[in-house]
Amino acid sequence: MSLVEIRGLTHVYSRGTPFEKTAVADLDLAIDRGQTMALIGHTGSGKSTLISHLNALLKPTAGTVLLDGEDIFASKASIRAARARVGVVFQYPEYQLFEETVYDDIAYGPKNMKLDTAEIDRRVRQAAAALGLDEAVFQQSPLELSGGQKRRAAIAGVLAMEPELLVLDEPTAGLDPAGREDLLRTLFAWRDERDATILLVTHDMSIAGRCGRVAVMADGRIVMDGTPAEVFARDGELASIGLALPDAAIIAGLLRDAGVALPPSLYTVDRLADAILALWAEKKEGGPC
Amino acid sequence: MLKDITLGQYFPGDTPVHRLDPRTKLVLTLVYIVAIFLVGSWGGYALAAAALAAVTALAHIQPKALIKGLKPLIFIIVFTAVLNLFFTPGEDYLFRWKFIKITWTGLDRAAAMVLRVLLLVAGTFLLTYTTSPLAITDGLERLLSPLKKLHVPVYELSLMMCIALRFIPLLIEETDRIMSAQKARGADLETGTLAQRAKALLPLLIPLFVSSFRRADELATAMECRCYNGGQGRTRMKQLHLSVRDGIAFVLGAAFVAGVIVLRRLGI
Repeated sequence: MSLVEIRGLTHVYSRGTPFEKTAVADLDLAIDRGQTMALIGHTGSGKSTLISHLNALLKPTAGTVLLDGEDIFASKASIRAARARVGVVFQYPEYQLFEETVYDDIAYGPKNMKLDTAEIDRRVRQAAAALGLDEAVFQQSPLELSGGQKRRAAIAGVLAMEPELLVLDEPTAGLDPAGREDLLRTLFAWRDERDATILLVTHDMSIAGRCGRVAVMADGRIVMDGTPAEVFARDGELASIGLALPDAAIIAGLLRDAGVALPPSLYTVDRLADAILALWAEKKEGGPC
Repeated sequence: MLKDITLGQYFPGDTPVHRLDPRTKLVLTLVYIVAIFLVGSWGGYALAAAALAAVTALAHIQPKALIKGLKPLIFIIVFTAVLNLFFTPGEDYLFRWKFIKITWTGLDRAAAMVLRVLLLVAGTFLLTYTTSPLAITDGLERLLSPLKKLHVPVYELSLMMCIALRFIPLLIEETDRIMSAQKARGADLETGTLAQRAKALLPLLIPLFVSSFRRADELATAMECRCYNGGQGRTRMKQLHLSVRDGIAFVLGAAFVAGVIVLRRLGI
């Protein structure tokens, strides 16, 4: 059974007013345990609305969301359970920090889950360590941290709830390339350690290329869903909804057009670099070029 | 959720009412409010209601939107009605049981008061529904500009009002976002005792304060970067001009007031 199954989900904002807007339209989606899935799409394609249903922050206009086969909207208890099992990190999560100390802020979620003090302490330390936050900052005010550290503290606050499904909305927005890379590696390491399920909402196609599965949203619907290779092969369709291929894939395409015999599906920088180096080595062996 | 708030909302449109100069609308709204207090007969209320309905239709505002805006006032309206119904002295009893007395005068008063509140509020809603906040502050500034002679900082006041109005939707959006984020971390804002609930608001209020200060700071920096240094000698991009349309509106407004006064004299 899938961890999460969304059936016929529809959400309409401001129903019955001149501002009525259908954000998600009759959408079906299933996410299996252990998957790392990227959800890409333009601003206004309904990504944020969709993820707000996964932990019952929004009630669907129609349709259901099943967690392990059970409707999360069934009762107040099931809604609370869903909030603990599905962790959502919203865009710019550093703006939600509020406690006096970093430690208390990370402990806010576990405290709301009514865990005992020892368990809360274990989780806070583990989450902070996973995100590379030194215990020296525990007693500082979260507002005194640097931008990147604030982001890490805020994400640690969600990881400390030890969710089965972790949803991140643009976790790398506003970070420099090094910070972005660092955070992604951290998140993927956390996932590998716990065999967790991740749903990553992003604009960044190169991040999508590093996930096992990519779903593309447009106008409240999932229009493509498959492995990165399958999705990026449909570059014409992607362009028509205003999404470009990852930079690496564009460069690979240009090189192929110029007559360089590169293998298919090169959409991460690492793979492209390996392929070019392999070609280079081949040529060297084959004599002067 | 919070997005459904209609108080002070502007519905963009291109009707004769929308195109009126904001100053005209402000003055006429004031005239309308005074006229409502001058009304002394049922005929006058009928005239005011007819005027309100006419403007609503002309502005293509759906009656539903007006009614929705009135909803938060239900408590005040019911309170006014009950107060007038039971506590108006008189002898013409309609109903009497022990100390509870309802008189015809009371019933008459209660109905009149409820009508008055409804007409007043609906009238002012029409102003904000058909005039953008920017236009309202512009109009206010021009109307109050004679006060500059008395060293009232009219320009600064209108700028403050303008910024405040501009920030309301942003604050609502921000509140919504922080609420979602804290709920996602298991915050419980709906249940518990009053003290618990007040405490549960802290995770909302603190980030909201922090971001408001940050925003204010950023706005001040941005304004200074563009060489803003107060209202002295500033010209404006959108000049306000009175047109024939505004003249017609004033004539109609005067006719309305005259009608109300005549009906009051005649006692109809």
